[in-house]
Amino acid sequence: MPTAADYIRILPEIVLSVWGMIVMFVEALLPAGRSRKGLGIFAAFGALAAIAATAYQARPQFAGFGFNHMLRVDHFSIFFHFVVLLVALATILMSLDYLPFQKVDRGEYYALILLGSVGTCLMSSAVELVLVFIALEISSISSYILAGFRRQAAESAESSMKYFLLGSFATAFFLYGVALLYGATGSTNVFDIAAALSDTAYRIEPLAYIGVALIFTGLGFKVACAPFHVWTPDVYEGAPSPVVGFMSTAPKAAAFAVLIRLVIDTASPHWFWVIWIAAVLSMCIGNLGAILQSNVKRMLAYSSIAHAGYLLVAFASASNHELGVSAAMFYTASYAAMNVGAFAVITQMSGSGERFTQIDDYSGLGKRSPLLAAALTFFLLSLIGIPLTGGFFAKFYVFSAALKAQLIWLTIIGVANSGIGSYYYLRLIVRMYMYEPRTEEAAPRVRFGVGMAIAISLLATLWLGLLPNAVLHYTQSARNIAGH
Amino acid sequence: MNLSTLNPWILTLTTFLPLLGAVLIAILPRRDRDIRWFALGVSAVTFLLSLHLPVYFRKVAPTASGSFSYEQNLRWITSPNIHYHVGIDGISLWLVVLTTFLVPFCVLASWKSIHDRVKEFFILLLILETAMIGVFIALDLFLFYFFWEATLIPMALIIGIFGHQRRVYAAIKFFLYTMIASVFMLAAIIWLYAQSGTFDFVELQHLIATGAIALPGHTALWLFLGFFLAFAVKVPLFPFHTWLPDAHVEAPTAGSVLLAGVLLKMGTYGLLRFSIGLFPAEAHRNAPWIITLAIIGIIYGALVALVQPNMKKLVAYSSVSHLGFVVLGIYSFTRAGMDGAVFQMLNHGVSTGALFLLLGVVYDRRHTYEIKEYGGLATPMPIYATLFLLITLSSIGLPLMNGFVGEFLILSGAFQAKAIYGIIAATGVIWSAFYMLWLYQRTFYGAITNPANAAMPDANLRERSVLWPFAVMALAMGIFPSLWMNSIDASVAGILDTQHGASFASSLQVKVNTVLK
Repeated sequence: MPTAADYIRILPEIVLSVWGMIVMFVEALLPAGRSRKGLGIFAAFGALAAIAATAYQARPQFAGFGFNHMLRVDHFSIFFHFVVLLVALATILMSLDYLPFQKVDRGEYYALILLGSVGTCLMSSAVELVLVFIALEISSISSYILAGFRRQAAESAESSMKYFLLGSFATAFFLYGVALLYGATGSTNVFDIAAALSDTAYRIEPLAYIGVALIFTGLGFKVACAPFHVWTPDVYEGAPSPVVGFMSTAPKAAAFAVLIRLVIDTASPHWFWVIWIAAVLSMCIGNLGAILQSNVKRMLAYSSIAHAGYLLVAFASASNHELGVSAAMFYTASYAAMNVGAFAVITQMSGSGERFTQIDDYSGLGKRSPLLAAALTFFLLSLIGIPLTGGFFAKFYVFSAALKAQLIWLTIIGVANSGIGSYYYLRLIVRMYMYEPRTEEAAPRVRFGVGMAIAISLLATLWLGLLPNAVLHYTQSARNIAGH
Repeated sequence: MNLSTLNPWILTLTTFLPLLGAVLIAILPRRDRDIRWFALGVSAVTFLLSLHLPVYFRKVAPTASGSFSYEQNLRWITSPNIHYHVGIDGISLWLVVLTTFLVPFCVLASWKSIHDRVKEFFILLLILETAMIGVFIALDLFLFYFFWEATLIPMALIIGIFGHQRRVYAAIKFFLYTMIASVFMLAAIIWLYAQSGTFDFVELQHLIATGAIALPGHTALWLFLGFFLAFAVKVPLFPFHTWLPDAHVEAPTAGSVLLAGVLLKMGTYGLLRFSIGLFPAEAHRNAPWIITLAIIGIIYGALVALVQPNMKKLVAYSSVSHLGFVVLGIYSFTRAGMDGAVFQMLNHGVSTGALFLLLGVVYDRRHTYEIKEYGGLATPMPIYATLFLLITLSSIGLPLMNGFVGEFLILSGAFQAKAIYGIIAATGVIWSAFYMLWLYQRTFYGAITNPANAAMPDANLRERSVLWPFAVMALAMGIFPSLWMNSIDASVAGILDTQHGASFASSLQVKVNTVLK
């Protein structure tokens, strides 16, 4: 019998689901021409309520397994809940004026973000692979729809279709992997699988390796790491900008959370080279690909591949040093902060029909709208990894974890990549400040919602860059708990 | 009030006052005139504050941790273990003062020539000042790296926004060269931290010297090279110098002055303080090829300067040559050579800074740096011609001028190290006289061939008040070098002592090993 504590362990998910359903319901009652902005604000409060629920859930008495070892609440899951929910909040805020402007003012949008967050939240707390799969599907399906939300635009439909087809394949791989792993170890629980795999008396069946490889394929697709990255640029280019900000961070963070649970808890040395190669490929393909782009969204898509690579460096070092896990967690948080911020600015800049997404369109932004340009510059500097930004410490912890784990070559490749990577971010900064604007007209006024989203991301990035201690300590304690 | 009560906070005050000024300018309304005066006021007060440092320098006893004065050590971030640890010795003392000395004149030099986006320009300039001072006072490797990178962005923006025709190209090249080189330094810093759990320079120096940090195999060499690459690009040492002419030619006058006057010194300062301070044995072992590069730089820089049709490019290449002297002096590992190198760093800041300011004066009038556009300027601009001559003489190292002291000491150090170094490097002195005097001849003497030059107004009051202090400094440093040299020499002696200790220890180690075998 589930106890009351069990329900509290899924309280944020309950809050989000109920809130999402209310939004759906009210949407059906509202007349067609009516503005949905109020509904959006209501949804934003839903995200806030879920954050409050997470804070409540974080009390020590609720830590532990719930629903018969289906999920587990610990510092690790709480951390990812906060990241995902803050991303959802920022996304809702930046969409408030974006949707009517693009003439797709529909309430489902907000409901989908809330319900998608249910999936992403659940991914970080689930320790039962079948539940992980269900959570993954919940989050994926909502992202498929959100990617195609600008229905009038062909590229948005293309983006949604591509994402859906390839994504379905990926989740199928994941499920197949789970099945094989079940066949090899007799369990779908992460901890039982770990116990079975680490039992030296027991010979690991080849089946287990294939299962693990398939699971990695499925998750690799979700986190957009090479060689499973091919979909990323097209999907990011076509999807609505706020949605890209959302799906490049929240589901990605959640997929990394699953990967951490799987890699670390089912520790097996054969992971190492798979991750090493994926990390190097992602960094190189991401950074070199980004240099060639002329569209800002495509550029940031390649940049997100590169950042997945840096994150995998932390994973590779997690195999023989404990700092790896906390470095990876810190990285997901700061990447979420800076990338959502960058996409908030892009949302503001995009214009009706998302016409202005070329790098050329940012020429002279420093003159037309100094504050917006300064904010985007800050996020880009953070993506480069300049000190005083969250991005710097993220890279710093990743590379120190790698060096502590004696991964000298991986560090050198990573460091060289982050040097190369500075070029394309810099190019955008140069456009904004050193070129003349193409039009004399002032940039559109920054509305409250977008402004709030930018402010939240800015504060988070700055906080992680100035005083990273609090978050780092939390990730370290999460590591201690995740390790059984 | 007794000013010595300021001692514990003076470095922090001097460093962050410009930043505070930048923040205030950001808030001020966009009235260009007020902003100029305000920036001038802030930078002048910063300079006055920084004069506190040499005045009280000898009265402040170096603190327990070593040879640094005015130390302040506060915890900033616990994990990683980063401290706000600042302090100066006789070397960084003068580099800080050089920085604060140059900035007010940069403000004055930009008075008229920067007329678009004045607010942004002065914000960037003051942020840059904070970062530059920070580089020289940081004793925590992380803090050092932070300030090091922090100089990069304002400088790249100053070049890219306020520069001349090919400014964007130059800014990107400058940024990428320095950024890519310095990430390797970051990797080396992280490695040291991963091994020791500290970023503190003094602690690390101690840990490495005593062998508490194991440096197996070629590790020490790799770490040395990581730091070296970042510094060599900044200096710039041949063959990493190609960003320099572009950056200098395209930068606005104030940018060139600070680039030559301070940013290049960050490289040589880093070589002296960190490369040699942390890895003395590796520095000794690698000295021959580094000296070779430095000497190539001296000759190559001078020869290329000789054939430049563009005045600013000429001065830029002369910097490559002058900085080659500095590196030569540092790696001679002699007291004279190192003293001379530090002194030459200051000289170069004064004389090359002044040269860029001088070029800015004619550029403001004619908007060209081509030598063939000028000629016979001595007639319409007598005061300007005099000032230019004084600075030229300082730059080529005429006795009684500052350049002489530095070059003489460096060359005598080079002769002590190995005669051949001194012999080849000494030819560089001749070349520098050649290209500078030839430049002077072509620009100032002869008949006025271009009618546009006939009515050129002479240096006005603002320009003269910028230029005279430099001429006076050049003379003062040439006639009374001991005012500067005493504190420099004490610190250099300290560095060499630990050096000799280290090299002695390592040679002893080798002997012990051979005996054991």
